[in-house]
Amino acid sequence: MKEEMNSRILRTLPREKAFYFFTSIGNYTGQSAASLKEFMEKVNTVNVKSLEFHLSRGDFEKWTTEVLEDKKLALDFWRLQRSNLLGDGLRSQLYLTVSRRYKELVAKPSVPV
Amino acid sequence: MKLKNNAVSLDATDIEILRELQKDSRETYGAIGKRLGIAHSTVYDRVRRMEQQRVIKSYTATVDVEKIGIKNITAIMTVYTDPKETEKVAEKLAALPEALEVYTSLSEELLIIAKVTAASQEDLHELIANSVAPFPGVLRIRTSIVTKKFKETEFQVLGDKKS
Repeated sequence: MKEEMNSRILRTLPREKAFYFFTSIGNYTGQSAASLKEFMEKVNTVNVKSLEFHLSRGDFEKWTTEVLEDKKLALDFWRLQRSNLLGDGLRSQLYLTVSRRYKELVAKPSVPV
Repeated sequence: MKLKNNAVSLDATDIEILRELQKDSRETYGAIGKRLGIAHSTVYDRVRRMEQQRVIKSYTATVDVEKIGIKNITAIMTVYTDPKETEKVAEKLAALPEALEVYTSLSEELLIIAKVTAASQEDLHELIANSVAPFPGVLRIRTSIVTKKFKETEFQVLGDKKS
């Protein structure tokens, strides 16, 4: 059951459900992420203004809840939104948050001896 | 009569009639005829012919949307695309009801310029993020929101006569 849920969160999405990175209203960077793994990678490379823009609007939280269906990560984004972090500090914290969650999801459940 | 490149040949009277209709499309044939010194039946015949030839495409009302309380925002969007996909992206963009005008342009790179409208900045963002950015071949998008309109008019093909 849990594995099924994890696979769902980790799935590759169709392009219309992907996350599209903007730096401001209507200004698309050309970077998008169609899975949590790709999202994690893009957090490290996309213009930091885009991270600030989307986090302040609650877009990461919304996408994670409505599309990825990962309430745990959505809550982490919500907390991060309230931290008022900017620039590279924000990028590092975002990457840490997403990569930690990604590792949790891909980790195989331990088999009891 | 049609010319070689499908352009329709018009004489000076046709052009005068079109000029009058571009000023006011509700003008009566009688009033136009009187002004031009020709019979109203001549005006009627020529207008009918130009309608059939699609020289006159339509008669429309220009609505002042602000007067009726609609405060839509307008934005000019530049869409940079993979050159192989430009036509398809432009066609898809043109199919959106929010797209008022769509053009392709060859500057340093092939791109699409579009005038779009939305009820709010948030709706504009939703439109671009959910409907335009996902089109295959879209590389990036730059958008400028219009803050003040100084002029907006249809191209007056025949409006160069000194009055």
